Amino acid sequence: MNRTILGGAGALTASLFAAMPVFAQEAAAAAPVPNPGNNAWMMTSTVLVLLMILPGLALFYGGLTRSKNMLSTMTQVGAAAAVAMLLWVIYGYSMAFGGEGNAFISNFSKVFLAGVTPDSTAATFSDEVIAEYVFISFQMTFAAITAALVFGATVERMKFSAAMVFVIVWLTIVYFPIAHMVWYDGGEGTSGLMFGWGALDFAGGTVVHINAGVSALVACLILGKRKGFPTEPMPPHSLTLTMVGTGLLWVGWFGFNAGSELEADGTAGLAMINTFVATAAAGLFWMLAERLAGHKGSALGFCSGIIAGLVAVTPAAGNSGPFGAIVLGAVASIVCFFMVSKVKPALGYDDSLDAFGIHGVGGMIGAIGTGIVYSPALGGPGGDDFVMATQVWIQLKSVIVSILLAGVGTVIAIYVAKLVTGLRVSEEVEHEGLDIGEHGERAYN
Amino acid sequence: MKFVTAVIKPMKFTEVKAALDKAGVSGLTVSEVSGVGRQKGQTQVYRGAEYSSNMLPKIKLEIAVSDAFADTVIAILREAASTGEIGDGKVFVFDLAEVLRVRTGEQGDLAL
Repeated sequence: MNRTILGGAGALTASLFAAMPVFAQEAAAAAPVPNPGNNAWMMTSTVLVLLMILPGLALFYGGLTRSKNMLSTMTQVGAAAAVAMLLWVIYGYSMAFGGEGNAFISNFSKVFLAGVTPDSTAATFSDEVIAEYVFISFQMTFAAITAALVFGATVERMKFSAAMVFVIVWLTIVYFPIAHMVWYDGGEGTSGLMFGWGALDFAGGTVVHINAGVSALVACLILGKRKGFPTEPMPPHSLTLTMVGTGLLWVGWFGFNAGSELEADGTAGLAMINTFVATAAAGLFWMLAERLAGHKGSALGFCSGIIAGLVAVTPAAGNSGPFGAIVLGAVASIVCFFMVSKVKPALGYDDSLDAFGIHGVGGMIGAIGTGIVYSPALGGPGGDDFVMATQVWIQLKSVIVSILLAGVGTVIAIYVAKLVTGLRVSEEVEHEGLDIGEHGERAYN
Repeated sequence: MKFVTAVIKPMKFTEVKAALDKAGVSGLTVSEVSGVGRQKGQTQVYRGAEYSSNMLPKIKLEIAVSDAFADTVIAILREAASTGEIGDGKVFVFDLAEVLRVRTGEQGDLAL
């Protein structure tokens, strides 16, 4: 079964009723009512994802910066999420899940959430439904964190105003269309492009991590390196806070992954256990990779591995058995370690906090690996008709399309931000720190 | 009067303090400092990026003593702070021109 988030209010329910004309009149009389248990789990998941953003991602990223940029980093994360939330209800939800459109976007029929009421429902993967407001909120948090993730590559030198302009343009031309392409099931001929191909993305490996990671790389290449990079030391100012942020991200990720089942059922349980074990493997394997590279196993390595594992298991959460997830986490961790410790220094780009090295690369490994671990022969939930080569090709195609779209969209969004705001802070502000220069505050006195 | 400044390994502080107490040293000032000497520094590695720092954490003791007691204090520091390894630290001895006890106005040896 293709376990992908199914969008559109009542889409599946409606198709089931259409197939049963005998009961049509009865069904019309009794509108589907959300199961309170499922609804409660989805509301819990939604706030868990908020926990990932503020304080999770804000502390994770903030701790990795220099102390003079702590507040600006956290503020960019929080404010980007806030912008995404507002855009989502204004037109984002409608573009992504608003109903029948084409392979690239839905339509604008639900702009300003037109027609949505407390009685509206959204389909799940069974004949159950959840409240549409809950589905909207849940998906809204995905848009929010994805926008914030991009700044991991651009902190310590990008103007706050530029970040906000970037987020508005980027969400509109990159995130909302990709979310539609991967997750919208409108039925034959009207589904999103990659959903129609049968791409597997349980909780956002493509939509969130590849998308954010590739955008982060493109953004930091256009923005340029921080003054002094790579000759001046720029070590993280508080690995304690990074560790706290990592923990909050891991906790919140259960909402991200297990919530993406849209119901509190066995597959949500599978996503949950995978989110435990893939992550555990990845945290340890990063430290192991450090030892093999001749260094000490480090706290930051452990935290980095945790994030790499979470990223990699995201598309596979409900699409893998626990042991497939362990392997996926371990492989992603080692490859991401290699990317950030060897490839990045060799190429010399300034992905400040390794948004591309971990989210982009981990997301690609997760997305392609999902085509492998989905196999029932490896303990995955794939059916008897599963053909690994076919699925891996579909996954690969989706990754390539996402890379292209995120890359081109980010170029446009960054240059719009540059045109409007100038993009980069002055040399003096960069030297003094963005906390004082952009916000007039200090993180620590 | 002498003013003795000693920079020692943090792990040796408790031992040195106990030895000075036993010898009757009644006052000292202690600071956590970092510095560089013959001992090699540390290399920190963050996600593969190496930052070399030759600054190492040390403890600095400052002790004002009478001329007669100075050699005893120096000997205690020499013995108690030593591990025999590089990086054990140094003891600096200065002539001390004057000491004033703020509360009573006593000066010189009486103020020590």
